[in-house]
Amino acid sequence: MNSRTLAVSVHGLRKRYEDVVAVDGLDLEIATGECFGLLGPNGAGKTTTIEICEGLTPPDAGDVLVLGRTWATDESALRERLGIQLQETQLAEKLTVYETLRLFRSFYARGRRVDDVIRLVQLDEKRDGRVGKLSGGQKQRLALACAIVGDPELLFLDEPTTGLDPQSRRQIWDLVEEFKATGRTILLTTHYMDEAERLCDRVAIVDHGRVIALGTPRELIASLGGDQVVEFVLNRVGADGHVSEDVLRRLEGVRAARHLGGDNGDVWELHVSELHRTVPALLAELARRNLNLAELRTHSATLEDVFVHLTGRQLRDE
Amino acid sequence: MSNSETATRRFGIFSDSLVQLSSVRFKEFIREPEALFWTFAFPIILAIGLGIAFRNRPAEVVHIGVVGPSAEATRVANAARSDSGLAVEVLSADSARVALRTGRVALLVLPQADGQVQYQFDETRPDARNARLLANDAIQRGFGRGDPVRISETHVRERGSRYIDFVVPGLLGMNIMGSSIWGLGYTIVDARRKKLLKRLVATPMSRVEFLVSYLISRIALLVGEVVVLLGFAALFFGVPLRGSVVQLTLIILVSTFAFGGLGLLIASRARTIEGASGLMNVTMMPMWVLSGVFFSSENFPRAFQPLIQALPLTATNNALRASMLRGAGWSVVGPEIALLGAWTVATLWLALRFFRWR
Repeated sequence: MNSRTLAVSVHGLRKRYEDVVAVDGLDLEIATGECFGLLGPNGAGKTTTIEICEGLTPPDAGDVLVLGRTWATDESALRERLGIQLQETQLAEKLTVYETLRLFRSFYARGRRVDDVIRLVQLDEKRDGRVGKLSGGQKQRLALACAIVGDPELLFLDEPTTGLDPQSRRQIWDLVEEFKATGRTILLTTHYMDEAERLCDRVAIVDHGRVIALGTPRELIASLGGDQVVEFVLNRVGADGHVSEDVLRRLEGVRAARHLGGDNGDVWELHVSELHRTVPALLAELARRNLNLAELRTHSATLEDVFVHLTGRQLRDE
Repeated sequence: MSNSETATRRFGIFSDSLVQLSSVRFKEFIREPEALFWTFAFPIILAIGLGIAFRNRPAEVVHIGVVGPSAEATRVANAARSDSGLAVEVLSADSARVALRTGRVALLVLPQADGQVQYQFDETRPDARNARLLANDAIQRGFGRGDPVRISETHVRERGSRYIDFVVPGLLGMNIMGSSIWGLGYTIVDARRKKLLKRLVATPMSRVEFLVSYLISRIALLVGEVVVLLGFAALFFGVPLRGSVVQLTLIILVSTFAFGGLGLLIASRARTIEGASGLMNVTMMPMWVLSGVFFSSENFPRAFQPLIQALPLTATNNALRASMLRGAGWSVVGPEIALLGAWTVATLWLALRFFRWR
């Protein structure tokens, strides 16, 4: 990638807090106009990485270029061009929505009209209401509004929808997509795979302070070998035949087959590229072998499956 | 995201962001009813309480006891009664001892068989010494002593020398200190705790403007505090304001800056409200005691005076009293203002150096 079209470029980033290594040799290149996601479990180093890019945390080692500039030499120029949403800012509760945005607007030499931004984030009805009285989703939209009121070229969002209800999450997603549609760059962190899949052009999966996989959500899922997952459980009672991974792998459209164990029944998992061909073939094969299905489930493969595949752990509930 | 605009709004010498920051501080404060109460009502309640407790009373009657009964006791008691400032009782020996011990009488007079008179009193008590002087004077005169020098008396009760006159400037100084240090320290540490400071420094906001906005909003609030307290004291207690308004205003402004700087310094690194309030109390408590709020700082030993006189609250109280009560000139008030100026520069410089923005 040509460095002139890179919005953010990070090389060999390291950061250690006392005895914890938060970032351990991380590289990133984010193109202008791209929505880039850092996906990983809590404690993976996502927030440290994004705050180093935001110029709020100094790295121990590594090079960081934002919009072609460094924080050491161009901090004030950079601040004018960035929009930032931190993970856990509590805005002043006694101020109104309008007063809060008016304050943030005053910091930027160039920016958007306050009332336009209020309308954009659908807080018109709360314009003169106190921040302390807003719901979680409304507060998060206000935080987003504070990040875009300076009309930034590059937007940083640190876990923009964590802790929100599904409807509020979708509202935030719509806003991010609107911003994306104007051709500006976004770097966001999340531990929700559905969020990364929906919003991000490219995703870096981060674990233990390193990038362990990089690509479009589609590419990452395709790396599993099939974009559909079929899971089935065999009924052992009265069954006399049996099936093996080799047999299943030979079925049409199957890229990978795994026996997941027998504790809760005889559970099998297939990664499949053509669901409509594999399922009839599977049913025919099982019938031919005199095996009865107790359960059959299919779902589209997700980034969660990619993370599990790479680390053997779940994204959440660490 | 097209329709962007360029801000060029300015209010005189103030940038739009400084005006916004200052007005936001001001609004946050006045939307906090408790803070309003403590700032405005508390000093007035204190002034009323002290004004009642220390109001000037008519000269007090001193109680003494004469041990009797006997003919000598009656003669001595009658002689003492000729002074209207003495209340005289004739008591038996036992009840006289109890009365002296409990402080019901300040002095016991014991007429002796040989015509001598013995006084019993606690010589460390001022009212007892006073009673001895009065009683002795009345008894000697009653038994025929003449005064060789003729005297006359003029009674003077001047505004400006009463306790309420002393204490109102002290309360004003204490209020300026408290509201500046609390007002700045608390809100800054709270903003740091809520990561609001970190969010603000993620914008192009000027850090100097951010700190200056605290001083500006403090001054706006101060006008209210000062007018309420001084207006009340002048109206209800007749506390004088002899110095010029310009001088008084300057003293109040520069002391606000000095305490504001101290508040910023205290808040410059603390991450928790608890940590900051500990520091604030450690800073303010010695000044409440040493700096002459309720009683003169001259009461402390001479060796401590250089330290005490260098404290910002001492300088504030000295300057306020000199201006309000004595109408003193700039030669008296000037050095105190200069000392407060030095406190301002030193604390602001240190605060800016050590300030933790995230």
